[in-house]
Amino acid sequence: MLKVKESKVKELESLAENIRRKVVEIVFSAKGGHIGGSLSSVDIETVLYFHVMNIDPENPKMENRDRFILSKGHSVEALYAVLETKGFIDQGMLDTYGQFGSKLAGHPTKKIPGVELNSGALGHGLSVGVGMAMAAKMDRKTFKTYVLMGDGEQGEGSIYEAAMSGSHYKLDNLVAIIDRNTLQISGKTEDVMSLEPMRERWEAFGWEVIDMEGNNIQDIMETFDGLDYSNAKPKLLIAHTTKGNGVSFMEKLAKWHHGVPNEEQFNLAITEIDAKIKCLNEE
Amino acid sequence: MFTDTLVGLAKKDKDIVAVTTDARGSVTLDAFANQLPAQFVELGIAEQNAVGVAAGLVSAGKKAFVCGPACFYVARSLEQVKVDVAYSANPVKILGVSGGVSYGALGFSHHSLHDIAVLRTFPGMHIVLPSDIHQTKKLVEELVDYPFPVYIRVGRNAVPNVYENENIEFKIGKAYLLLDGDDLTIIGTGETVYHCLQAGKKLHEQGIRARVIDMHTLKPFDREIVEKAARETGKIITVEEHSIFGGLGGAVAEIVAQSTPVPMRILGIPDENSINGTALQIFNHYGIDAEGILKTALLFHSSK
Repeated sequence: MLKVKESKVKELESLAENIRRKVVEIVFSAKGGHIGGSLSSVDIETVLYFHVMNIDPENPKMENRDRFILSKGHSVEALYAVLETKGFIDQGMLDTYGQFGSKLAGHPTKKIPGVELNSGALGHGLSVGVGMAMAAKMDRKTFKTYVLMGDGEQGEGSIYEAAMSGSHYKLDNLVAIIDRNTLQISGKTEDVMSLEPMRERWEAFGWEVIDMEGNNIQDIMETFDGLDYSNAKPKLLIAHTTKGNGVSFMEKLAKWHHGVPNEEQFNLAITEIDAKIKCLNEE
Repeated sequence: MFTDTLVGLAKKDKDIVAVTTDARGSVTLDAFANQLPAQFVELGIAEQNAVGVAAGLVSAGKKAFVCGPACFYVARSLEQVKVDVAYSANPVKILGVSGGVSYGALGFSHHSLHDIAVLRTFPGMHIVLPSDIHQTKKLVEELVDYPFPVYIRVGRNAVPNVYENENIEFKIGKAYLLLDGDDLTIIGTGETVYHCLQAGKKLHEQGIRARVIDMHTLKPFDREIVEKAARETGKIITVEEHSIFGGLGGAVAEIVAQSTPVPMRILGIPDENSINGTALQIFNHYGIDAEGILKTALLFHSSK
């Protein structure tokens, strides 16, 4: 396993906490959103946007840019916060989230620079990702395509159509990630509809499957750094995460799938995140 | 004709990609697959994936034509058409073959009589039903660099030509006046246009000056030609190989009811699971062939 620099890990951990803070702020001010799955996916998106992907906020349509699709479109608050931090979205725009006529919809749209697909209907992202990865192969371009899916989303049959085509066309430039926080809106994924054995299922579809600690910045960085983009296999990363990660009273509770904190809860959440940021800055 | 033209264009433009779902035979893509394997994407029987993949291809700079049976693309993969293509403004071209009742005796599962009604409600989606091979050829040429998503519905069986050759005026969104007259107007789309024209000619022989319009584009809709026909002829018959709800008749009615109210007759497939038979038998049964249109037109003309 490739080792990443400790200083870079610390830098991204701090960034991720600041992004978490923004997620909590925009859900609180908009009085709506999908906070649980946004918090579980913050670290993955932070690593993608600040360590892995070749992208340029000054040139969001750059031809050979890496592509990211948020197939679990409801976790849009994390994406907006990441895009703002990276410079794709103007400062202050996040404040409009949830307001009438805001450009920031409750699911991603291409009106926002850096967004590649209007998502929100589950089970769509991987097919579109397959198309992008296929286009790169046809044109001998080097860009990579990353698709982040939810674990509850795995119930959608279209994903397995996409999975078949990904391995059939040997798309080793395609990386799918499942935010495996084990909870969906009605409860535990395994109670709602069993998704296990997830690894074996995807391996049977011809994918290279890699487990990672999806709320551990260092492990996420090392996992992406270690990917082999020339092994003729699409990759599936099972990111083991905690729903509501980083706000202890929200963690592992399905009710925070789209719960909205009241003022007291908001202050508690911010205090906890700020303490973490302070701690990281002092290290 | 569609795919013949596409192969010719794709040989000169490597960005043209044909995507299909185990339908290369149905859509006559064999030549494309054999001659241009690097531009041919087979996805197996998986329409949802096919439409999503095409959206991804287009998003990354390709000119993707998804080709397969109309009945599946506008039902099974409807959400992908709505979200990945129309809403995401990915200018995918969806070629629905064997549309309407082309599959005849295969039954209602294989008929697509709802596609116009549904797709009309998707913002940004364009819809074209060419009426013969000459028009189809012109259409394909225009489609390659057309910057919007388009659904094209064609039939399965060889149909008589409406136009004499390829030297015709054709532009997506601009209906074509086939026969002029001021007693009444008959508007058709796709395969019904030929029947409208035949009925129109018969009416002229009987001294009734029927106007016949080829409304090949259902969206964006040529509102001007409809309003003019309403003003100048006072009566309109629409003829479509589609449910009588929400298709060509609906589109014309929405316009005339709000600007130039005139009596109308809407011919199409009624609210029932369409009868089995060959396409021509079905056309005849529901009165959307030349004979049926003529009958309706004569009654309509003599009504007050």
